[in-house]
Amino acid sequence: MSILVLADHAAGALQPSTARVVTAARQIGGDVVLLVAGQNCAAVAREASAIDGVARVLLADADALAHQLPEALAALIAELAPDYDAILGSSGLVAKRCLPRVAALLDVMQVSEIIAVVAPDTFRRPTYAGNAIETVQSTDSKRVLTVRTTAFAPAGAGASAPIETISPGPSGDTRSSFVGRSSTGSDRIELGSARRVVSGGRGLGSRESFDKLVYPLADKLQAAVGASRAAVDAGYVPSDCQVGQTGKVVAPELYLALGISGAIQHLAGMQDSKVIVAINKDPDAPIFSIADYGLAQDLFEAVPELIAKIG
Amino acid sequence: MKALVGVKWVLDFSVKVRLKSDGTGADLAGARMSMNPFDEIALEQAIRLKEAGAVDEIVVVSVGPRPAADILRRALAMGADRAVLVRSDAPVEPLGVAKALKSLVERDGAGLVLLGKQAIDDDNNQTGQMLAALLGWPQATYAAELAVEGNVATVTCESDDGLETVRLTLPAVVTADLRLNTPRHISLPNIMKAKNKPLEEIAPEALNVDLRPRLKVLRTDEPAKRRAGVMVASVDELLDKLRGEAKVI
Ligand SMILES: Cc1cc2nc3c(=O)[nH]c(=O)nc-3n(C[C@H](O)[C@H](O)[C@H](O)COP(=O)(O)OP(=O)(O)OC[C@H]3O[C@@H](n4cnc5c(N)ncnc54)[C@H](O)[C@@H]3O)c2cc1C
Ligand SMILES: Nc1ncnc2c1ncn2[C@@H]1O[C@H](COP(=O)(O)O)[C@@H](O)[C@H]1O
Repeated sequence: MSILVLADHAAGALQPSTARVVTAARQIGGDVVLLVAGQNCAAVAREASAIDGVARVLLADADALAHQLPEALAALIAELAPDYDAILGSSGLVAKRCLPRVAALLDVMQVSEIIAVVAPDTFRRPTYAGNAIETVQSTDSKRVLTVRTTAFAPAGAGASAPIETISPGPSGDTRSSFVGRSSTGSDRIELGSARRVVSGGRGLGSRESFDKLVYPLADKLQAAVGASRAAVDAGYVPSDCQVGQTGKVVAPELYLALGISGAIQHLAGMQDSKVIVAINKDPDAPIFSIADYGLAQDLFEAVPELIAKIG
Repeated sequence: MKALVGVKWVLDFSVKVRLKSDGTGADLAGARMSMNPFDEIALEQAIRLKEAGAVDEIVVVSVGPRPAADILRRALAMGADRAVLVRSDAPVEPLGVAKALKSLVERDGAGLVLLGKQAIDDDNNQTGQMLAALLGWPQATYAAELAVEGNVATVTCESDDGLETVRLTLPAVVTADLRLNTPRHISLPNIMKAKNKPLEEIAPEALNVDLRPRLKVLRTDEPAKRRAGVMVASVDELLDKLRGEAKVI
């Protein structure tokens, strides 16, 4: 058995999600080969070669792979596919937009967001916003999977796998071109891999209150900032902060929900956190039914007090 | 230019799914069903493009059982011109749906396919990408803004840490994210008018597609339940618990 894992990287650095996907790949069993594809990403390949359990790193470095656009990336992976029994990626958006394209090129049905490996062809995955867990068996000859990274521990980093430069495959698709990128809050702790997350909801009432209460508390706790959809829609924070069924899935050691009611779509993105704290002035808010510690109080009183009392 | 919009008939977003106790899946009997919310956004975008003159006909397609025709009528009332129900009484998977959509694109022609980014029942997030691959078209997923000028679509997409803009030469597939637009309300006169719009029902065989699933769902279970927690009376008590008991700060 041979498994190809698409490495996640951004701004010249390997993302921590990759080591988690490697863990899922090792549970399936077989030789794990990492693919680092992009432009000027030799340093990423060196980082990737240190992940424990990786047999080889393939480096595809080409202009056509800049920005990891799905058309070129999928064509490259489909070209490599005959050598592999399974192709895995993370739950990051680069993998999510590319791997279904690969699966269709191979005439394979993808299994999305696996949370457990039951057997090499059988996986568990959440559906209905995490309110159902399916055990699914693939009947295709090859597997294409995305991995919910919060469900797998990262593999260690003490190895030094060989790096093999490969020809970058077909040239880029000129019908799709990159125009630009605007990234938000790059100096903040990354939400997906943060150990602590402070999230705010509509209860904050305004962008000013969000800025005045959520960010300072997050800074005190060295936490990432998250939000409900309502807070994003209201413009309190950019959309990459959204936690939930259709946003990011997080599972930190500590998740603090401030002024969030606890709709199923929000719970889907945070219910696997280790310790959940909710502050909401409505004692009947559904969020309290999954919180380890609930405080039914006005957040405009509770949060300033919290900020003041945390060392 | 013709636009094709895929709409899925799903459990309403406000309803919590009930599972059958024998592990065989969701119990949808009598449950409130509606159009997948992302598909309503995709359709709204197609209507806006038609209003702006970039699109001249909107075809909505659903692959599903006969009651899925309800959301197609709703789509016609919202502003689609005609509807196609690809009849399948058994659950379908993205690969099969993508094949059915491809076959319709080839039959009817389309310069733009608009889909939702994900169906909120199976949470697969695959169909648009698969369809683009099968057609050999470029794609833009998780669209937050879309502008069409001539045969070029400029799409601003959600990314993991902000927004990314791509330019696609049409034909192309675009999938809609939450903040692309706010779908309009449907007026009573439009519901009446929609009754005269064409709704075609077609068997997958007539499109030469095999919708049989490739994944076997062995069982469906409830997720592990979280242990009920405690309510604390004050910030001081909360900090005590977080420091002493949970040891997370
Ligand atoms: C297709 C679809 C996808 C969705 N995806 C997501 C998703 O990914 N993530 C997500 O979060 N949501 C998602 N939603 C939206 C979800 O259904 C809820 O609408 C949303 O989570 C509500 O956000 P909220 O809890 O901030 O707001 P509300 O539900 O309005 O809750 C605000 C809470 O603040 C409390 N409050 C108000 N004032 C105070 C105060 N002064 N002090 C303390 N508490 C106060 C209130 O008691 C209330 O409980 C989705 C919905 C749809 C249809
Ligand atoms: N059965 C279906 N009929 C029509 N469109 C569908 C169907 N299933 C999925 N789609 C479209 O594909 C999108 C993504 O769905 P999915 O890949 O299942 O998450 C949806 O938002 C719809 O636009």
